[in-house]
Amino acid sequence: MALLNIIGAVTHALDSEMERDKTVVVYGEDVGYEGGVFRATVGLQKKYGVDRCFDTPLSEAAIVGTAIGMAINGMKPVVEIQFDGFVLPALNQIIAHAARMRNRSRGKYNLPMVIRMPYGGGIRALEHHSESPEAIFAHIPGLKVVIPSTPYDTKGLLLAAIRDPDPVIFLEPKRIYRAFKQEVPEEDYTVPIGKAKIVKSGEDITVVAWGALIREVQKAIEEVEKEGISVELIDLRTISPIDRETIIESVKKTGRFLVVHEAVKSFGPGAELISIVNEKAFLYLEAPPTRLAGFDVTVPLPRGEHHFIIEPRQIAKKIKEVVEF
Amino acid sequence: MLTDRFNPLKEEMLCILDQDGRIIDKNLEPFIENDNLLRIYKTMLLAKVADIKALQYQRQGRMLTYAPNRGQEAAQVGSIAATEKNDWLVPAFRELGAWLYKGAPLEQIFLYWYGNEMGSKFPDDVKMLPVSVPIASQLNHATGIAMASKIKGEKDVAIAYVGDGGTSQGEFHEAVNFAAVFNAPVIFLIQNNQWAISVPRSIQTKSKTLAQKAIAYGIPGIQVDGNDVLAVYAATKEAVDRARNGDGPTIIEAVTYRLGPHTTSDDPTIYRDENEVKEWEKKDPIERFKKYLINKGLWSEEEDKKQYEEYENYVGETFKKVEESGLVPLEDIFKYTYAEMTPNLVEQYEEYKKYFGEEA
Repeated sequence: MALLNIIGAVTHALDSEMERDKTVVVYGEDVGYEGGVFRATVGLQKKYGVDRCFDTPLSEAAIVGTAIGMAINGMKPVVEIQFDGFVLPALNQIIAHAARMRNRSRGKYNLPMVIRMPYGGGIRALEHHSESPEAIFAHIPGLKVVIPSTPYDTKGLLLAAIRDPDPVIFLEPKRIYRAFKQEVPEEDYTVPIGKAKIVKSGEDITVVAWGALIREVQKAIEEVEKEGISVELIDLRTISPIDRETIIESVKKTGRFLVVHEAVKSFGPGAELISIVNEKAFLYLEAPPTRLAGFDVTVPLPRGEHHFIIEPRQIAKKIKEVVEF
Repeated sequence: MLTDRFNPLKEEMLCILDQDGRIIDKNLEPFIENDNLLRIYKTMLLAKVADIKALQYQRQGRMLTYAPNRGQEAAQVGSIAATEKNDWLVPAFRELGAWLYKGAPLEQIFLYWYGNEMGSKFPDDVKMLPVSVPIASQLNHATGIAMASKIKGEKDVAIAYVGDGGTSQGEFHEAVNFAAVFNAPVIFLIQNNQWAISVPRSIQTKSKTLAQKAIAYGIPGIQVDGNDVLAVYAATKEAVDRARNGDGPTIIEAVTYRLGPHTTSDDPTIYRDENEVKEWEKKDPIERFKKYLINKGLWSEEEDKKQYEEYENYVGETFKKVEESGLVPLEDIFKYTYAEMTPNLVEQYEEYKKYFGEEA
């Protein structure tokens, strides 16, 4: 057991998998010598050499495009995109190729590759450093989209992602990279992709969230519990493929549903979740399924970001609204 | 080194065979075994026959959109012939000759243009990627394949194809730059066929040659007569050897011409002069190479005629098989998106089957 934060869990997972599997290579901008701008890959170049952990020219399209070639030729690349907002030049590679190569070649070329990137706001950063693009990726057939919220899950999900035969977009909640530590086993384990986790059982309402917002929802739950509201909190963990079963079962029990996400509201992941609830648990509902999400705006710069960030008091208010409907 | 002798900045173009199939400079003639010379020629001829017939099938409403290759056979076959079985072919979408030489079955190639993804599942030992439609995006795959080969300590190289229009894409720069920085064993073969649909080469770049772009990346670049199969072969062989020896990537610009339309949906008479086409028809790469083989005593007009007819029959029979292949089964639409169908896909698949039963 080691006491690790999320960033430490990323490093530990990469380290142990590079040790175990010689085909794993890690690269991106500032990833090699420096160990990444968030230090996620620190020490890996020294330990495994420049062939397996290296810096690249500044080109997101080539980072992802070459990873596709690497995966075709027997490697398991784990590449880093430095920030969520910088992934856009790589979308052609991700959407037109990574997601489709298996289907296009009728199964001849699997792409066991992981594209890691820090995502989400709340770090008082420049533009393009605070975005939540999970819905963009989850909309694409052929991709898997994973978001951990704890150090334990970070290691288990990252190992599962590297071993997955399909391309995985691994979004790391940068706001809580160093927020807290948790016991993370040294030994090998995976957390299955496609399985949500019931963080806390409850009776009155199901709240689904992921990433940095899990902690915010937990704070809100402390508030509403004082008023006698019992909340079931689900950490989605995988945005795609989505674990419908866990959500449906929970809503059948509680009869109420709230999804909280930082990604902008319209056409966001919440829309998909509410559709699932409506399609599969409609007759169990006692209130309209509801979403609390980012406004349909560009994430504001730090002087205005507090308006955008979803806070526990907002979540608590929304929970009460749904319960009291 | 050919790349030292032919400076793209001075528009010096490597040419070995003249129009009558005679060697211009004996010192430049590459050594190719007689068997292989014939294999190269026959592949070019088969590509020509298949191409002509595919176009006919499309006009008869039997084939879907098709991208013809006529005129570019030397650029395609000459380059791939300089690689080995274990090397990787990363195509764009107009490399019929290269695919055939590499071992992709004609039946599968036709199946792809006929609208069936199974046409891109090449046999296991054919190290070739499926057609890549978004222009120049495939080049980064080739760089990645080559980087992996180097990391693994293997000797396999990658050859990637792109057109003159493709050199304008950002990913052309990104792929070549990556390859150069990491000394990746990859050859970028630009088929400069003068036209990107209706846009002439002069609107793609102000550079005098496409080969000279190599200079900015710190790698060798060479312009070759793309209708001269020996020139294409010689330049590619040198580049392949260089890559295999650990000396990194090369850009080769094969100057050629697309005699046909961009695809069957295109009408080139709108944008180009008929006289230009006629001039290039005189430089037909197959005619030129045939004369060389006849001069060498390896081939004759009689054999050529017989071979052509044989190929016509073969292509006809192959296409007939493709036409009999029918529609793609429902399950195939679903089962290749992920290694294992997701719960959503299973539900969509089952629901559709339930509604339409056997009709599905």
